[in-house]
Amino acid sequence: MIMHLHKYEKIWLIFGIGSLIVFLVVLGYGAFWQGTHPQSHGVTIDPNNIESNEAFKPENLGLTKVSDDKYIVNIAASAFFYDFGKDEEGKTVNHIRIPKGSTVLFQVATKDVVHGFHVAGTNVNMMVEPGYVSSLETVMDKPGTYTVVCNEYCGLGHHLMYATVEVYE
Amino acid sequence: MALAKKLDPTKVTQSLPISKPESRLYMSFISVAFISLLIGGLMGLLQTLVRSGKFTLPFGIDYYQVLTVHGVILGLVLTTFFIVGFHLAAMGKTVGISEQQLRVAWIGFWMMFFGTAMAATTILLGEASVLYTFYAPLRAHPVFYIGLALVIVGSWIVGFVNWHQLAVWKKAHPGKKSPLLAFMVTINTLMWFIASLGVAVAVLVQFIPWSLGYAETINVLLSRTLFWYFGHPLVYFWLLPAYMAWYVMIPKIIGGKIFSDSLARMSFVLFLFFSIPVGFHHQLTEPGIDPTWKFIQVTLTMMVVIPSLMTAFSLFATFEITGRRKGAKGLFGWFKKLPWKDVRFLAPFIGMLAFIPGGIGGIINASHQMNSLIHNTIWVTGHFHLTVATTVMLTFFGISYWLIPHLRGRKLTPQINRLGIIQAIIWTVGMTIMSGAMHIAGLLGAPRRSSYSEYAGGDQVTEWIGYQMAQAIGGTILFIGIILMVYIFIKLTFFAPKGEEEFPIAEEEEDAEPTPAWFENWKMWIGITIVLILAAYTIPVIDIIQHSPLGSKPFDFPIGR
Repeated sequence: MIMHLHKYEKIWLIFGIGSLIVFLVVLGYGAFWQGTHPQSHGVTIDPNNIESNEAFKPENLGLTKVSDDKYIVNIAASAFFYDFGKDEEGKTVNHIRIPKGSTVLFQVATKDVVHGFHVAGTNVNMMVEPGYVSSLETVMDKPGTYTVVCNEYCGLGHHLMYATVEVYE
Repeated sequence: MALAKKLDPTKVTQSLPISKPESRLYMSFISVAFISLLIGGLMGLLQTLVRSGKFTLPFGIDYYQVLTVHGVILGLVLTTFFIVGFHLAAMGKTVGISEQQLRVAWIGFWMMFFGTAMAATTILLGEASVLYTFYAPLRAHPVFYIGLALVIVGSWIVGFVNWHQLAVWKKAHPGKKSPLLAFMVTINTLMWFIASLGVAVAVLVQFIPWSLGYAETINVLLSRTLFWYFGHPLVYFWLLPAYMAWYVMIPKIIGGKIFSDSLARMSFVLFLFFSIPVGFHHQLTEPGIDPTWKFIQVTLTMMVVIPSLMTAFSLFATFEITGRRKGAKGLFGWFKKLPWKDVRFLAPFIGMLAFIPGGIGGIINASHQMNSLIHNTIWVTGHFHLTVATTVMLTFFGISYWLIPHLRGRKLTPQINRLGIIQAIIWTVGMTIMSGAMHIAGLLGAPRRSSYSEYAGGDQVTEWIGYQMAQAIGGTILFIGIILMVYIFIKLTFFAPKGEEEFPIAEEEEDAEPTPAWFENWKMWIGITIVLILAAYTIPVIDIIQHSPLGSKPFDFPIGR
């Protein structure tokens, strides 16, 4: 040792650093082998015209059933509103229903400033930044009604930006 | 080590007298900090009241305007002014300051002061409700950014003075190791300078031209990356002065010695290495950064666990050794020998305890996947109210109880000491309630930085609002603590009886191992720091720039401009 360390301190540090290594290995295993990385796709989009991307054309917004238990939800975020498209009667959608156990791909893009997209109480939690598509696929297996909140400050109406997702049995 | 050069172990004076003009400078910094505490604390109170749902702001004041004041004045102004003042006092005490250095430091003070006034004016006029992170493409008034730049550049000027102070001392004391406090201040100012270069580049190159209309668009992700390159070391810039007090002052206050000079230096060097190349852990849920690089920075982030463990060990070793010397028996007898009735010890000690849950919360926040559950929820707010608003603030209060009377030629009386103890207890109770409620609500998904809202209603939201009520109770108790602290500040500054209060600097053990000479190798420390930063940032930043989407034009309407 080039620096004197007390015996107990060595034990303490070996134990501490050992735990740290185990912890990082667990995180790394989860991220690289089980694919539990936080969302990071680097998919870009024209921030001035998000409709140039197929997913964010008005008719493709909201919930789309892809197959039996697979869904895609496309959302256009803008101050201070999540656009989930319109229903058959032409009314604005701000509540979607998904059967329990479905695999859901959430795709969000912003038309103006930075927003957040959090299905509160779950790990569907993404920053939504101009120029990028935020996306995360998850299995919704716990029934209940979840509040979708904008959790990144986007201006004076930030707290009025929300929707709900219902997972039903 | 046998072959390596050892530093001359002869004792050098570590305690110089502080002159009146010096004291005036240091007190100016500290006074701005306490005024900020009062204003920022009031804003905090208003926020918790609004979020309870039972109170609306008068005179058309907006919640986010209040929130911007709270973040800027407490996170940037109070902390920076107090720390720069404390750094100067520590350097003045250990290595001395020349008249010329004093003059230059005053320039730094006035730059910081006017910068603060400029930023504050734009916020009060409702032209800068962008919060202290000022994320693009929300655009504040250009004067807001210019004001912030002045605060940072002013703090650099004082930092350069600090480096010059040590250089002059070293020239006069060849071959001697620098005083521990001076070494620590130099590490902290180095870290601050290297880190704030990032935000300075963002503000000067990106924000100011764009807010003035010279640049049409801004690269949002790059600006956020530069901000968080600065934003995480910022929290260590707050924390390290508290560590200085724990390592150097607390042992003296409890009647003990420094556990190990080299260990203290080593932990500061490790903080310098591992506080900067880690900003991505604030950006884990962002779409445009490669996940592998996020993970690399997560790993680097976790390295700060090592100096934290070293610090915890040293502190409790000092407590135990000191207690046993005072005749403590048994496994935990030393615990009773600690000066519980001395606020100079009690307030920072509570701060140390708060750092245990604070640190654990921090590990959770930076944990790649676990972050997804709590990112931007009010859990995060609860976290930094434990770390900065409890650990750091209670230690700063602990410092103030001796530093202010020392600078003002007054005494900390038993009566003020008692008030201080009450203050520390009020703070602990208020923060336990507020931060506890924030942590729980955050786990349930409640967002941070949001005014009162019932959203679409339902059980989830009702539950959040219950915890917001608890936050308002905690916030009210904390505001009482702030009023008491400001009263104590005024009392110590103007009314406490004349006398001498000690500037506590602990000494090493008589038979302490000499500190290795390589600790003074600043080129090596700076070199390793830069290598780590380049390793962590070069490739992902090139990637961000090469694959960047079109830039963003400014948006004024969302903040009511």
